[in-house]
Amino acid sequence: MNSPPILFALDALTGALFLLTAIGVVATRQVLASLQLFILQSALLTLSAILLGLAEDSVHLFAVAAITIATKTLLIPWLLRRTVNAEVYRTREIERVLNIPSSLLITAVLIVLAYVVASPLLNAVGVPFAQINLPLGIAAMFLGAFTIAVRREAVPQLLGLLAVENGVFFAGVAIVPNLPVIAELAAAVDVPVVALVVGMLTRRIHARLGTTAVGQLASLREE
Amino acid sequence: MLERILYNLIQVAVVIAFAPLVEGVTSRLKEILQSKRGPSIFQPYRDLWKLLHKDEIVSQQSSWIFRVTPYVSFAAPVFVALLIPVLTRYPLFFAFMADMLGVGFVLALAGFFACLAAVDTANPYGPMGASRTRMVGFLAEPVFIMVFLTISFVAGSTIPYIVQTRWVTPIANFFEPSHILLLIAFLMLILAEDGRIPVDSPSGQFELAMIDRSKSLEYSGRGAALMKWASAMKFFVLLIVFLNVLVTPWGLARGMGVGEVLLAIPLVLLKIFCFVVVLVYIESSLAKLRLFRITEFIGAAFVISVVAVITRLSAI
Repeated sequence: MNSPPILFALDALTGALFLLTAIGVVATRQVLASLQLFILQSALLTLSAILLGLAEDSVHLFAVAAITIATKTLLIPWLLRRTVNAEVYRTREIERVLNIPSSLLITAVLIVLAYVVASPLLNAVGVPFAQINLPLGIAAMFLGAFTIAVRREAVPQLLGLLAVENGVFFAGVAIVPNLPVIAELAAAVDVPVVALVVGMLTRRIHARLGTTAVGQLASLREE
Repeated sequence: MLERILYNLIQVAVVIAFAPLVEGVTSRLKEILQSKRGPSIFQPYRDLWKLLHKDEIVSQQSSWIFRVTPYVSFAAPVFVALLIPVLTRYPLFFAFMADMLGVGFVLALAGFFACLAAVDTANPYGPMGASRTRMVGFLAEPVFIMVFLTISFVAGSTIPYIVQTRWVTPIANFFEPSHILLLIAFLMLILAEDGRIPVDSPSGQFELAMIDRSKSLEYSGRGAALMKWASAMKFFVLLIVFLNVLVTPWGLARGMGVGEVLLAIPLVLLKIFCFVVVLVYIESSLAKLRLFRITEFIGAAFVISVVAVITRLSAI
């Protein structure tokens, strides 16, 4: 398997930018900005799938790329914009569980942890591109989970969940180049449904409480 | 040997002569982007000329530090210009006196003196600006260390002449993720260190909001001219390190001929112009951050540089 080095370098660059967008979803204040970062992240996932498809001559990966761009950069943002009230996108999230500098430092620790976790797996895989994609995908999964933990607005929490999903695929395209299209199609149906459900739920919460800061919903209230 | 010394002196002359021009072009471009006409690009030279012919007033309460600081500030970038590749690809006579860490130390010395001088006069705004500069400085320090760590780790050296060839031979190295991430982190550092817009507003006239500029408020006449010139040169030197060493080491003289070295001057200025356009765009599209949000900005730069190190470590 001797892929051209330029593809390898471009994939590494895509991976680095992919990770940067994951950090951005953790750290941005505006809800709209984190949605745009998620779109950018999905586009980078698509790019990586195309690069890997070129390098390994795999038609499946092109299918993955096409499905990703259709669902994650077009369908899901459209669904979220339709279901969730436009007012939500203008809000800034002032109150977080942790302040931004500390969450950025934890982010750095999580990335190191992802590399530690991935290093014993790399020997087992044997695909050169997994060197890049596997640790970065795992890091994006961690960062998505951390986003869900640290943010209190509903839409950014959903975006964290979707970032986890992006991370899984980013690692997956490198490990299993011939993933059956049916599996990807199943995910492609699943994820918009999740987005739709959370979007509807957020809309209800917003209509009832006038806010989408779901972090405040922990305590019970008598009516 | 003799011509290497000569070229080294030409480098210094270029830095001294063209630094105000870069400042003039920057402010003119910014005004144009805001649909105004703006001052002439030679305005900084006229300001310097005017200030040099005015009387200097020094407070009786101030000590020798206040009087020495303009000369230290002016000498530091001049000294740095001896060390870095301004015009040539090959090391010149003084190039091995210090590496990139040395460059950082020399610039830090000038910053240290500027802070002391700001405290010295007991002008209420001076110490405030000095303490804010120190705050930005100690936040930026770890990022600097991570950036230099990565550079020395990748290139096996911190001598700028070795680093610059490492990033582009072969050209695939340019697209290395650690390189691109380093560029982003270093760009954020330049914005923070030079008091550019997300961190500080360079053209602001409101003393309470100043970070960098309030340190030299007390200077007049020749002292003010030297401080102004020094800050323009510091910016010029940072741009040269960024462009010639890290981003685009092209357009520098390869041979020993005088013509080639002189030809490199317009090419380098062209590169700086292209970068200034980008910088003006960044400055015009962002708003100044509140003081305590600066930690977030530099924290982001720190994480980016950490990621650069990690991606580099894992690639081996």
